[in-house]
Amino acid sequence: MIKKDAWSKNEKIFLGLLIPILLLFFCFNTLPLLKGFYYGLTNFRGYGNYDFVGLRNFADLFHDVRVGKSYLFTFKYAIVMTIAVNLISLVLALGLNSEIKGKNTLRGVYFVPNILGGLVVGYIFSFIFTYILPAIGAATGIEFLSNSLLGSTRWAWVAIVIVGAWQGIAMNTIIYISGLQTVPEDVYEAGMLDGSTGWRKFKDITLPLIMPFVTINLVLCMKNAMMVFDQIMALTKGGPSQSTESISYLIYNNGMSGGQFGFQSANAFVFFIVIVAISLFQMTVLGSKEEQL
Amino acid sequence: MSKVTLNQGAVGGKLANRVINILLVLGCLTIAFPLYMTVIIAFKKPSEMTNDVAGALGFPQAWSFDNFAEAMRVTDFWHSLANSFLLTGATVVLCIILHSMAGYLIGRKMAKRKAFKAFYYYLVSGMFVPFAVLMMPLVKQTAQLGIANRFGVILLYVVFFMPMNVLLYSGYLTNIPTALDEASCVDGAGVWQTFWNIIFPNMKPMHATVAVLTAMSTWNDVMTPLVIMSGTDQNTLPLAQLNFQTQFGTNYNLAFASYLLALLPILIFYIVCQKQIINGVVNGAVK
Repeated sequence: MIKKDAWSKNEKIFLGLLIPILLLFFCFNTLPLLKGFYYGLTNFRGYGNYDFVGLRNFADLFHDVRVGKSYLFTFKYAIVMTIAVNLISLVLALGLNSEIKGKNTLRGVYFVPNILGGLVVGYIFSFIFTYILPAIGAATGIEFLSNSLLGSTRWAWVAIVIVGAWQGIAMNTIIYISGLQTVPEDVYEAGMLDGSTGWRKFKDITLPLIMPFVTINLVLCMKNAMMVFDQIMALTKGGPSQSTESISYLIYNNGMSGGQFGFQSANAFVFFIVIVAISLFQMTVLGSKEEQL
Repeated sequence: MSKVTLNQGAVGGKLANRVINILLVLGCLTIAFPLYMTVIIAFKKPSEMTNDVAGALGFPQAWSFDNFAEAMRVTDFWHSLANSFLLTGATVVLCIILHSMAGYLIGRKMAKRKAFKAFYYYLVSGMFVPFAVLMMPLVKQTAQLGIANRFGVILLYVVFFMPMNVLLYSGYLTNIPTALDEASCVDGAGVWQTFWNIIFPNMKPMHATVAVLTAMSTWNDVMTPLVIMSGTDQNTLPLAQLNFQTQFGTNYNLAFASYLLALLPILIFYIVCQKQIINGVVNGAVK
């Protein structure tokens, strides 16, 4: 910036008022992030003395089976969640945006899961998976249901997706509805004259116009899913045999009480970079597909 | 926004809409079922819980509030409720005051001064930092500062929600003409007075959005109080459910009474201000 236009008194006051707020943010957000990187360079166990180990923790991350598994689970969960939640909520939003009776009540009901806390919802679903579904399985003779999903290393992650989706769909639906409401009526009418109805109408007219909302939903959903914690805490605590251990849960579990403070700090820092990379990637790729009306 | 039927040919459209309507009502069952089950189990006695589906889902023989009384005693309900209110209330008030001010200070100057633009990007990029990443250093830091308690948790919330809220407030500022600032300046008011007398009241719609978003994230959050306040005897409502899991044991009726108690405040809040909540969430996401 050109230095010669000096700051006015007014601007200095603005700066003076802003600096304490910026300092607060620095101390409890940027500083811990930097400290996390610093701890990542040590063999700190969370207590006692520690030594510098250079980048060894970061190198070890890539060989650690448990860390690898947690990334695999988290990505699997986040991708399946993002796709399932967005497909279902788009369909729901189209339904809730059409000419139906009791529209507002229905919208209100479909939003309820979003306001409830993930932990308590997790506990409630845990009962459904552990007792209700097996009881239904026993009554109907469906073998698949007769054992709890949560006890199976193969299927426990699906249970977590179900609970996550039950809550996540509410949020995305309401955003899609507000997106659909921005599409002006005359665009559809013009499309009708060109003979687009049904699927074509949706694909050629609606979807391109609500693309900004698709972007928001994909980014939000993916980001929230990558950070999954409450549901894991309530449903599986990472089990069975670490098959549902998310990155957040692993950092919490091993970092806070497992004596891996330094190692998990390195993990957390890499996790941060992964989150940034994914969000930026989604925004650039999807941002270029947005169409202005 | 209405009259979508126009596009579908009146007769076929009506039938299609009827079908959609029925499907949507049926879909509500997936929302209602877990809540129904929670209520039913919360009112039952353990002896009524047989191993079949009816045992869990049938109506209780008598609707008794005993489970709730017991759950309140076991989980120290009123104390946790008060803590949840304290944390949420203090966080919301502080966020509205500090973040609206930060949004104003940055938003008004960021077009002219690169430094303010840089501050803006600095704060807003904080949105990419998940709490799990900061968790371990923050536990150490709050312990060293002696604020590993409710105060520390409130402070962390205020910092953690800053990126989102500053983004919202500074975005909203474009709706408030700078002429208002200038007129106030001519009247001899300083920056401080201008903000409080002119700008802050004009940001009212955004205050509602910020309040809703902040309140919901704070009320339902588990991780922050879990790691920061673990040394104190303080619980929030969700945290109490986690910490008393072992005491519920296999008494699911007691546990579900407790879960229902934990869900009730926010459900009541939702029923009372549904419109504001939905608007707030949509504004927050779309802006």
